[in-house]
Amino acid sequence: MKSYPKYFTFWHILAHYGLRFCSLLVLAFLMLPILVIIPLSFNVEPFFSFTEGMLALEPEAYSLKWYAEIWHDDKWLLAIKNSFFIGICATLIATVLGTLAAIGLSNPAMPWQKLWMAILLSPMIVPLIITAAGMYFFYSQLNLAGSYLGVILAHAALGTPFVLITVNAALSGFDYSLVNASLGLGARPLTTFFKVIMPLIRPGVISGALFAFITSFDEVVVVLFLAGPEQRTIPRQMFSGLREQINPTILAVATLLIVISAMLLFTIEYLRARSERIQSGELDS
Amino acid sequence: MDNNSLSVEEILQSKRLLKRKKRMLLAFTMPLLIFVFITFISPIATMLYRSVYHPTVSQLIPLSLAELNTWDEAGDQLPNSQALKQFAIELQGLSKERLSGKLAEEINRLKPGSSSLIKSSARKLKKKSLEELQQNGDTLLLGYSKKWQDINLWRAMKRAGQAFTDSYYLTTFDLKRNAAGEIEQRDTQIYLKLYWKSLKIALIITFLTALLAYPLAYYLANAPSKIANRLMVLVLLPFWTSLLVRTTSWIAILQTNGVVNSTLQALGLIDEPFEMLYTQFATVIAMTHILLPFMILPLYSVMKNIDPSYFRAALSLGARPVPAFVKIYLPMTIPGVSAGALLVFIISIGYYITPAIVGGTEGQMISNIIAFHMQSSNNWELAAALGSLLLALIIALYWLYDRFVGVNNIKLG
Repeated sequence: MKSYPKYFTFWHILAHYGLRFCSLLVLAFLMLPILVIIPLSFNVEPFFSFTEGMLALEPEAYSLKWYAEIWHDDKWLLAIKNSFFIGICATLIATVLGTLAAIGLSNPAMPWQKLWMAILLSPMIVPLIITAAGMYFFYSQLNLAGSYLGVILAHAALGTPFVLITVNAALSGFDYSLVNASLGLGARPLTTFFKVIMPLIRPGVISGALFAFITSFDEVVVVLFLAGPEQRTIPRQMFSGLREQINPTILAVATLLIVISAMLLFTIEYLRARSERIQSGELDS
Repeated sequence: MDNNSLSVEEILQSKRLLKRKKRMLLAFTMPLLIFVFITFISPIATMLYRSVYHPTVSQLIPLSLAELNTWDEAGDQLPNSQALKQFAIELQGLSKERLSGKLAEEINRLKPGSSSLIKSSARKLKKKSLEELQQNGDTLLLGYSKKWQDINLWRAMKRAGQAFTDSYYLTTFDLKRNAAGEIEQRDTQIYLKLYWKSLKIALIITFLTALLAYPLAYYLANAPSKIANRLMVLVLLPFWTSLLVRTTSWIAILQTNGVVNSTLQALGLIDEPFEMLYTQFATVIAMTHILLPFMILPLYSVMKNIDPSYFRAALSLGARPVPAFVKIYLPMTIPGVSAGALLVFIISIGYYITPAIVGGTEGQMISNIIAFHMQSSNNWELAAALGSLLLALIIALYWLYDRFVGVNNIKLG
């Protein structure tokens, strides 16, 4: 048994184990609802619940048919294609504009820094329903409602705050004398940007881009208002599936999405650890 | 540096350099500012404008309204015969273009019961010739129904014709103007109740997330870092998982023959399944699950920076654990609790998707009624007014968040 400080009484130790037990319960509450989806997606029956066969671990109670169904459904295939196309386009716009703006805004000499920051972070704070309603009014007038361009611009706007925040964080403590040195030694501004600034902030830019991508990939409210049937994305297809006819294909798609988010999570955690090491000087670019 | 040691030229030179630097920085930021203004700020501004601007009636009967503007609505006289004739002509025109129903709907909002009157009169006017209407359109109109003699109907028409209106904001506060133009309460309170209900749901969710997050964050902050880092993945994975995936799982868990009910029945604890899906309970539990990481992460980062020796010192000096915790540890975590609570509250008050899917009718929030007015009832102006009010609420909360936490302290992951 672990040793406890002398002043610990029986009650202290009980409290210690009680706390550990409570924490595990909360972790279970966080994880179980997500884990429950995965076995259900292999259900041979078209239900959202465990069958007796599944609980008895009979192999014939499980099947991959809902996964096969995704590939035979044009709607899902279009949704998958749209999600990636819209997500990647929106991410490119958000990352380029957001990175440039963060370089300007992170400098203390920037006038009205706080005001610009408040405006530029607002897409993250305003409830999506308000954004979606406003965008519907405005984009309809420009004939952008129901078009790919409209959805991409909207998603790019929603993604920019995340790029701004992560690149800003990567730039905190950035030594601007490096830029001056590079320019002073005769490097052109573009060379300076790609050879001096970019390598130092790259982890921040990449994780900002990933945040922007997941924001678009997971977004449904704006798509609901702004997109036509041609621009249906995965979440939009799930939303209508959950409201109209519940079909376990949704569970198969959900399982795939869980795998994607787990991969993104590990990538971002890796990048974060890397950028921390860069900032503490343990790692050369 | 001592400015006296610099010459005037040198000071001017450095000022020029600083100006050039500022222009450079602005040039970096400008593309995003312009982009966000066009794609995001303008839509929000359009919505705010939409909540007070409603030109439908003024576009349907512009000439009649011009006549009505010269009429003294406070008196007890009907508008003059010229105004009535003009209205009869325009109503006939609308009838031919199948737009009279739209006018009827608009006027009916201000003066209930006038819809059928306008529609039936429009039908009868359709057959008349233009000369006939120009000569005695007024007597024809008044002959169709006694209701046209009602001065309040004409007052309502004049008011509906104003392109800028506060009526949608009055509606969001469950108020209205009566026929005489005074503000009074509506018979049924819908929107105030809904706002209270949304605030209540958001408060319950904030409280539940704080209750669940506190012990976990404490444990993670004080566990050996190797264990804490591994367990942190279990917090971050749900945070990263698609909102719709998590909402889907709550359907699987809560539905009538879902995981909870079938387990309880298999264990013989209940005979009849609980009705849990499509209730306020479902909204609260699903949203608590979704927003819990937003509470854990700020709490964890605050607790991580608290020196544990304070609490240990209190214990070793003989303080009982509970008073020591309440007096020493709890006050130091208040910044984390308030940051997490404000964040969860701000996010939950404007939530749409989860209540729409699992909430049924009783678990709906403000956002859902905004979506309803956008998509089903097509009352866009009311949706815009409700949205503007929600926006004002969020901005106020966000201002509080900035004061107490600081916007620049938002961290991701």
